[in-house]
Amino acid sequence: MVGNIAEAEDLTQEAFLQLHRKIATFRGDSAFSTWLHRLAINVVLMQLRKKGLSLISLDEAMEPTPEEGPGRSFGAPDLTLTGAIDRLALERAVADLPAGYRLIFILHDVEGFEHNEIASMLDCSIGNSKSQLHKARLKLRDALRKHLPQEAQL
Amino acid sequence: MSPTPKQISCAEFQSRLPELIGSGANLSENEHIQTCELCRDLLAELEVIAQAARDLFPTVEPPDDLWKNIETAIKSETGTK
Repeated sequence: MVGNIAEAEDLTQEAFLQLHRKIATFRGDSAFSTWLHRLAINVVLMQLRKKGLSLISLDEAMEPTPEEGPGRSFGAPDLTLTGAIDRLALERAVADLPAGYRLIFILHDVEGFEHNEIASMLDCSIGNSKSQLHKARLKLRDALRKHLPQEAQL
Repeated sequence: MSPTPKQISCAEFQSRLPELIGSGANLSENEHIQTCELCRDLLAELEVIAQAARDLFPTVEPPDDLWKNIETAIKSETGTK
């Protein structure tokens, strides 16, 4: 999520420290694993905000914006992404996503969490989780298409 | 008279896509998808991206001393030795 192993280790440590500080506030309203995951995600989000990255907060990312309307997503009909996607290109595209989109995409498509689990972790609605994931995939599609060879885009 | 599948605009269909995809339904049987090449291509590409994502970022095992560092930090915070 942060794209850096040393930073991920620091955040892991911080997450456990937060767990130690807050364990008494766990009331069993949700599964412990969900609560812990949410705590860890908050640690990551705080770090991203601290670094001033183009976060596009979860709230912002869920708001529809004119330039991201559905009409934008069907440009050229004959696309070539249906072949094998270059893994490195996709990883770069994921790394370039605004953090809010990246978070949902990684949780759902990479780590395999369901929308209801993500909604619970991030304190958002299931619909918002679905919507944000869709926008993330559209952004990835746009990014990958930009890197296609010119002849493939014709 | 109800609209034919083709009369559902692509924009309208795509505005429903997050919910349709998220529902886990088999969209190959969707009437609009069966009649609209644009949306069929879009859907196929999004599925390819989602599938490719499963192979991203292989799990990295934490180093052996990470837990020791965490224990030290917690003990330091609680003032225990």
